Amino acid sequence: MNAYWECLRGIVLREWLRFVLQRSRFLSALVRPLLWLLVFAAGFRAALGIAIIAPYDTYITYETYIVPGLACMILLFNGMQGSLSMVYDREMGSMRVLLTSPLPRAFLLAAKLLATALVSLLQVYAFLAIAWLYGVQPPAWGLLAALPALLLAALLLSALGLLLSNGIRQLENFAGVMNFVIFPLFFLSSALYPLWKMRESSEWLYWLCALNPFSHAVELVRFALYERFNPLAFAVCLGLTALFALLAVLSFNPQHAALRKAG
Amino acid sequence: MPRLLTATLAGSLLLATGGAFAATAYVSNEKDNNLSVIDLDSLTVTATLPVGKRPRGLALSRDNTLLYICASDSDSVQVMDLATRQIIKDLPSGADPEQFALHPNDRWLYISNEDDALVTVVDTQSSQVLAQIDVGVEPEGMAVSPDGKWAINTSETTNMLHWIDTATQTLVDNTLVDQRPRHVEFNHDGSQLWASAEIGGTVSVVDVATRKIVKTLRFEIKGVHPDKVQPVGVKLTRDGKYAFVALGPANHVAVVDAKTFEVLDYLLVGRRVWHMAFNPDESLLLATNGISGDVSVIDVKALKVTKSIKVGRYPWGVVVTP
Repeated sequence: MNAYWECLRGIVLREWLRFVLQRSRFLSALVRPLLWLLVFAAGFRAALGIAIIAPYDTYITYETYIVPGLACMILLFNGMQGSLSMVYDREMGSMRVLLTSPLPRAFLLAAKLLATALVSLLQVYAFLAIAWLYGVQPPAWGLLAALPALLLAALLLSALGLLLSNGIRQLENFAGVMNFVIFPLFFLSSALYPLWKMRESSEWLYWLCALNPFSHAVELVRFALYERFNPLAFAVCLGLTALFALLAVLSFNPQHAALRKAG
Repeated sequence: MPRLLTATLAGSLLLATGGAFAATAYVSNEKDNNLSVIDLDSLTVTATLPVGKRPRGLALSRDNTLLYICASDSDSVQVMDLATRQIIKDLPSGADPEQFALHPNDRWLYISNEDDALVTVVDTQSSQVLAQIDVGVEPEGMAVSPDGKWAINTSETTNMLHWIDTATQTLVDNTLVDQRPRHVEFNHDGSQLWASAEIGGTVSVVDVATRKIVKTLRFEIKGVHPDKVQPVGVKLTRDGKYAFVALGPANHVAVVDAKTFEVLDYLLVGRRVWHMAFNPDESLLLATNGISGDVSVIDVKALKVTKSIKVGRYPWGVVVTP
């Protein structure tokens, strides 16, 4: 048991150190959602106040609407960045060092997921603090209730990232991940526009968004922030996290990089 | 489950502490010809009461037992007994009554007749018309000063406040304000009169002693076109701290420091916000949103909109009884 704890601590610590030492990474993780909030949302400020949707009790500004989506955007980018670091680790060999550990591979990967998720949460709360000062102020208990929701969403997106990293052969392909994974996940979701708005423009767009796992992560966080529980979003997030994690473990092949170099 | 538990706990706490102050709001639904009754503890609609055609202005008798309703398209002012919630009589109001105000003597009702450029004074007890006073074109807003000396009417096309001396029921003076004055409201001690101008986009604060404008308030909301800023309803807190101004199609209620006349904040509410009313202890302010068909609840202490409650079509006026 002690070995497990020691190993988990080591992996979390490594992720933490990497986060602290790369201050620019922390800043860029914050700047991205802040740009959306302070520039993009400000322009659309009055565009949304025309319908009341759950979990809100009254009319909201666009800024208020997109904060949960932007919080999840941080998780999404970090999840994908985690997958990048996995590719990097494999190429540079530190992953192979880790895998010499006698502990089960599933545990090592789960620890890696958790480490990525915890670092992401710090960034999300830093973002929520700035949004609070800017005037987007969910109830205080909501901020606490959002913690488990954010953790689950972070795990979901890290698991997805891990799964994807198994399919990526080399570092350069990461740009492809950006184009083909992050952008569609983010834009075809309820992060920027409520789904009823999507439905007004097109039915099939609405269904794409409704089926997008990222939408469920956003809605889970949105409801939690306003002290509500969204059972559907919770079930989808939990189920997909388990599925992605399982697939990631099964498809994980540390020999990828080595084979390629040998060949 | 924990949420349910918390809600139950919070609910029972509320019952234990706030139950004695259960207030009720009555909202006139212009297009549904009825009133929505809102329980202010649960913030839910508990009843819908049919009334005359196109109900708009609402007023309460001093003891809060009678509700006066301007049924504009029925050309009458209806009187509802709030104990039985039945209409007990119709007062002769003149044509198309929209707004009215009750004199502190609890008998004289000053009613503006939009189409006839008249203010009709009706005795609510004898149902007799006491006087009809010629005013400007399209009279709309009505208010009676707390001391009962003045009745003020606004005319939408003449752009004036008309000062009616209630002792003689005659028009004695006019004050020119900005375009399309919709509503007037006295402050608590009766020293100031706040008049909103819908097209002008301003609120004029008038000194009652001199009948001169002392301040003209303007409003500017980030992201909202200036043409949409159309002030209508005005409400002032008893403590003289705040004034709230409903800005119509701008979908915001402005919060004004009533001492410095500085606009402090704009609160987002539903579409075409019209008239407002406080609950008895002035901790809540209700605002009717005509187009979105709901009533927004403003927490006066926090200056935040906490909830919007669906009512009928085109809610117009609102009053609250303890």
